[in-house]
Amino acid sequence: MENKTLYTIIVHSENIAGILNQITAVFTRRQINIESLNVSASSIQGVHKYTITCWTTPDIIEKVVKQIEKKMDVIQAHYFTDSEIFQHEVALYKVSTPEFQNNPMASHIIRRYNAHIVEVNPIFSIVVMAGLSEAITSLYTELQSVDCVLQFVRSGRIAVSTSCFERVNEYLAHRLERYQKEGHEK
Amino acid sequence: MEKEMLSGSEILMRSLEREGVETLFGYPGGAIIPVFDALYDHRERLHHILVRHEQAAAHAAQGYARSSGKTGVCLVTSGPGATNTITGIADAMIDSTPIVVIAGQVAAGFLGTDAFQEVDLVGITQPISKWSYQIRRAEDIAWAVSRAFYIARSGRPGPVVLDFTKNAQTSEAEYEPVTVDFIRSYDPDPEIDYKQIAEAVALINEAKKPFALVGQGVELGNAQQELQQFIEKADIPCGCTMLGLSALPSTHPLNKGMLGMHGNLGPNIKTNECDVLIAIGMRFDDRVTGKLDTYAKQAKIIHLDIDPSEIGKNVPVSVPLLGDCKKTLALLTELIQAGKHTEWIDSFHSYEETEFNQVIKREVYPTEGPLNMGEVVHAVSEATHNDALLVTDVGQNQMMACRYFKFSRQRSIITSGGMGTMGFGLPAAIGATFGCPDRTVCLFLGDGGLQMTIQEFGTIMEQQAPVKIILLNNNYLGNVRQWQALFYEHRYSFTPMMNPDYQQIASAYGIPSRRVMKREDLEEAIQEMLTTDGPFFLEACVVEEGNVLPMTLPGNSVNQMLLEC
Repeated sequence: MENKTLYTIIVHSENIAGILNQITAVFTRRQINIESLNVSASSIQGVHKYTITCWTTPDIIEKVVKQIEKKMDVIQAHYFTDSEIFQHEVALYKVSTPEFQNNPMASHIIRRYNAHIVEVNPIFSIVVMAGLSEAITSLYTELQSVDCVLQFVRSGRIAVSTSCFERVNEYLAHRLERYQKEGHEK
Repeated sequence: MEKEMLSGSEILMRSLEREGVETLFGYPGGAIIPVFDALYDHRERLHHILVRHEQAAAHAAQGYARSSGKTGVCLVTSGPGATNTITGIADAMIDSTPIVVIAGQVAAGFLGTDAFQEVDLVGITQPISKWSYQIRRAEDIAWAVSRAFYIARSGRPGPVVLDFTKNAQTSEAEYEPVTVDFIRSYDPDPEIDYKQIAEAVALINEAKKPFALVGQGVELGNAQQELQQFIEKADIPCGCTMLGLSALPSTHPLNKGMLGMHGNLGPNIKTNECDVLIAIGMRFDDRVTGKLDTYAKQAKIIHLDIDPSEIGKNVPVSVPLLGDCKKTLALLTELIQAGKHTEWIDSFHSYEETEFNQVIKREVYPTEGPLNMGEVVHAVSEATHNDALLVTDVGQNQMMACRYFKFSRQRSIITSGGMGTMGFGLPAAIGATFGCPDRTVCLFLGDGGLQMTIQEFGTIMEQQAPVKIILLNNNYLGNVRQWQALFYEHRYSFTPMMNPDYQQIASAYGIPSRRVMKREDLEEAIQEMLTTDGPFFLEACVVEEGNVLPMTLPGNSVNQMLLEC
């Protein structure tokens, strides 16, 4: 079997109902498992940004991204390897306050990971950590080992490319310019 | 002045007229009654053809679109009416046919409640359409209709679905015409990369054994002339895909025949011998390439396509030429040197001879035994002076028709290529008679496919649609039977077909008919069919276990073709 790589796909689309369904259908058709998925408004008004990660081969990722981009209201889709992006993830750890306070190791672990406690009450406390996926998993494993985690959730990866601008800005400007030019020529 | 308030249904009618729609294929039902009511007042300008099943409405719209180059329209109700069009939508998607399917939907307030005849049509059709949209307000109709037609016909054409809620049909809004000719997320005319044009020109100029693959993209891009100018200047022999067969006249000296599993020997073998392969508006379907690992490995491949997702999808490409092939072909022609490849072109000849002696002679010019499928196709093609429009169903009838029917005019073949939809033929042929009312439409089908949409005899009767229906009856599901014979030890699992008396059925619908069993009656029967005004049903009783040859066996290389079995 070919070696698989973890790719991050960044998609920009119009903010219209049903696009997520169309994007995920491209993965379903090839039975590719989506590792993480984050959708939110982008810096451009009316444009949504999707950050999707999946394990696959260079050949397949190329075709998947083209097929996503082919969808009518998808503006652009690009894929990146980890070296081509800055990426981050956020995680929330709900821990038992008594267990946490009883174990001197616990607060030491939190400090070591540069995580923050944002809520404390007699029953539970909330720890927030932003960082790389591996570190988030690792903190979870360590807190588990001191037996105080009640709930755990992670956001899925968000990422920006290492290039200076969102390429989508330039693309949209270029599309509009070309359209106006063609209209003018008519 | 106060603007005119109109019902959503009336706005739809005006929007369709504004798009130049003249013909619709449809079937009324509960959730589309208001639209049909509005249509009643517009029936002079919007000619509605009542089909007998919604699947046929979609296929007829495809036949209309493929023959005329316009966008086919179909109008159906919600729920089962809508789901019956799914096969046609999927077929239009894979074969790049511009159709707009307008389906009724329950009122917006009922959405998601499992209301009577509610189905999530947008959800179902998203993966098989170019665009699928639900209209929930009368105010959105003019925009949605214009956008639908723009998307369906532009770029790589395809099917668009409009899911039209009943409240939007009945509520009133101001009508203001809308023209959508720009969607920022969609580029139907990709910019040409001149660096890549230069690379392609260099490859073509250096080529000693160039070979071109002609696909339907040439017809869709209206680039038939540009194609001829290009191949004539560079002196490049061509093979055509099934959907591209009429993009170049069959008699053109550079047209070396059909590609693919049941295509001609020469073009398939030469694919693996050429040094530069120029693919024009085709998508390297597996029925064309055979085994990919051994496909044209010796050649540099230039791929002209308008759809970026086709580039490199199946076959790695040396030079991608993204763009409208009408423009890219013209640019290539302008920049290349005139070529001469006489020896290379002549080298096709021995394969033509071999194929003629081992396959064609036997199939088309037999002297004894029952009628052959290829023989009947050839006789019809000759009798129409290769000028007719060919529609086929799917299976052996399709392969035989595509092998032995010849073309002198563009946009002359309508067949279900990518999807291989049995039952496509009869409704598509009806659509073609409306798309090209001046042309003779010859439909070849088998006894299996005919029965899948045989109810459309009713539409033919009512419309007097002049379809020349030629049934190649072998009492088998012939294509599967052939595979069972070749690969499953002749275990004919559910392929023998018990048939009714088709002439009686035709006669019940008032369609004149004739059955021909003997070779000596064939020509006269065809003449009777062609000289009879209106529809005609010709049943040719052909050899029961006839095989389509040559054949690239599944999993084999494109140049390994079976000539006998």
